[in-house]
Amino acid sequence: MAEAPTPQTLSEQILSHASGKRAMAGDLVIVRVDRCMSHDSLTPEVIDVLRETLKVEHIPDPDRLAVFIDHVAPAATVATANAQVKIRRWVEEQGIRLFHDAGVGVCHQVMIEEGLVAPGQVVFGLDSHSTAYGAVCAFGTGVGSRDMALTLATGYNWLRVPETIRVLVRGRFRPWVNPKDLSLYLCGLLGIDGATYQAVEFHGVEWLDLDGRETLASMTTELGAKAGLIPPVGLSGWEVPEWLGVQEGARYARTVEVDLDALPSQVAAPFSVENVAPAADFANVRVDQVFIGTCTNGRLSDLRSAARLLKGRKVARGVRLLIIPASHRVLQAAVADGTLATLLEAGATIGTPGCGPCIGRHMGVIGEGEVCFSTANRNFRGRMGSPDGLIYLGSPETAAATAVRGMITDPTAL
Amino acid sequence: MARVWMFGENVDTDQILPGRYAPYMTSEADLVKYPFIEARPEFAREVRRGDIIVAGKNFGCGSSREYAPRALYAVGIAAIIAPSFARIFYRNGITLGLPLFEADLTGVLRDGQEVELDLDAPAIRAEGRTYPLPPPPAWLREVWAEGGLIAYYLKHRRLPLEEGAR
Repeated sequence: MAEAPTPQTLSEQILSHASGKRAMAGDLVIVRVDRCMSHDSLTPEVIDVLRETLKVEHIPDPDRLAVFIDHVAPAATVATANAQVKIRRWVEEQGIRLFHDAGVGVCHQVMIEEGLVAPGQVVFGLDSHSTAYGAVCAFGTGVGSRDMALTLATGYNWLRVPETIRVLVRGRFRPWVNPKDLSLYLCGLLGIDGATYQAVEFHGVEWLDLDGRETLASMTTELGAKAGLIPPVGLSGWEVPEWLGVQEGARYARTVEVDLDALPSQVAAPFSVENVAPAADFANVRVDQVFIGTCTNGRLSDLRSAARLLKGRKVARGVRLLIIPASHRVLQAAVADGTLATLLEAGATIGTPGCGPCIGRHMGVIGEGEVCFSTANRNFRGRMGSPDGLIYLGSPETAAATAVRGMITDPTAL
Repeated sequence: MARVWMFGENVDTDQILPGRYAPYMTSEADLVKYPFIEARPEFAREVRRGDIIVAGKNFGCGSSREYAPRALYAVGIAAIIAPSFARIFYRNGITLGLPLFEADLTGVLRDGQEVELDLDAPAIRAEGRTYPLPPPPAWLREVWAEGGLIAYYLKHRRLPLEEGAR
């Protein structure tokens, strides 16, 4: 009788399937890449490498690539406008149908919203937060421009199969606590290189909605992870391949347990995402701007949560509350259900769906000495504008409470 | 001789090349002016071809922006030595053909020190002492020799691991 094969982690299963050989942690494999994602910030470099170095006039499979204009959308300067003209012309020339121009939304949000990724796929994104696709149990990972050009030219690329850290989640979120708080807690616990070269799997979250899964998967990047995968259980409306799922006995590099019933809202203080403590510890920190948005926390459930806190309240005098829905669809849904009216009534400013000021390029960059409370994913020095500005990270709930008080506020204290 | 540029732990790509100075926001030709423009403004002015960066753990964390390692490559950084690298930065190093070594020399070398880098039998020689660096696998040596993964692919029409791996 043949011996039963060694159980595999989700990454090992997906990379075995994509490489056509049994792949275990530590192996180097050549994988078929099912989907590629590219955005305005780096697509011009990809075009140059394809044309000038690889001499690829037409990429062999234009339907494999989804292109987004979201990082500076709409264009803020002549240089970015010119770069976008170059992208649009190339997209037209290549016959790329999955093109999403300014205003459609943040790449990662739209990729999942439009079903451009699927459980069990290997997805390469030209962006570090491509781990987000693990929300639907796709192996999403970030690569650079030349790597992307090579993948588009050939349809495949190399990967080292990562070891996996298992996060065992127990309990349920307390009121006003967001999956973001769990992510920040893990950054504080494991450090921003706690999962370098590794994958992270979240077990015990089959009850969590897709929005929350996206936040968790996306934020594994801040642990240094190569992929962040949520087992495809409780994922309604998605076709899950029969070979994909948690296998009893798979080998994990480490298991970390988190009890949600004991988890309060968390905040990451400048200038590192691992600089984390309960939001209540920052109660005297005054803020100038509050930003709710990005691929981390700009989804409908995030805006609804913020609106529930802001209903009947006003943004504090001297504070700017900037809200940028993660996508056009999110914006439309927030209009339809009255969420947007509540946010506007409280004094929020709404920006075009896209990355907004997360990368410090437009639509709300911060000046010298300014303090921004943001629902984004990074608080590095200079990330959102002036290197002399300060960024605190937290959930949309904490952001809304902070906007009302003008000081960092645990939402349960409002 | 190579000058040592010493950095701390967790140097993120926003420090190496702030997103506001990306080629998208400025121009490809200006890329060499911007590495460490805010974190260490003298770097781009004083760096010489062949210099090395020695840093603490998790070098290159944050955004995937390939133009960060590319800017370091473009100004002539010959190698980066750190106990660990953020994974996308590490992968971009392989793609670009920029030698990255996982080793901790922060305690033994000084900022501004003149040292000798040996890529053939990977080591740093300084003040009569030799600090060995982890030797790269054969396929990575080939990628360095060709000048990066794209150049390798153009010459061989396959990826270095392709035989046997497929």
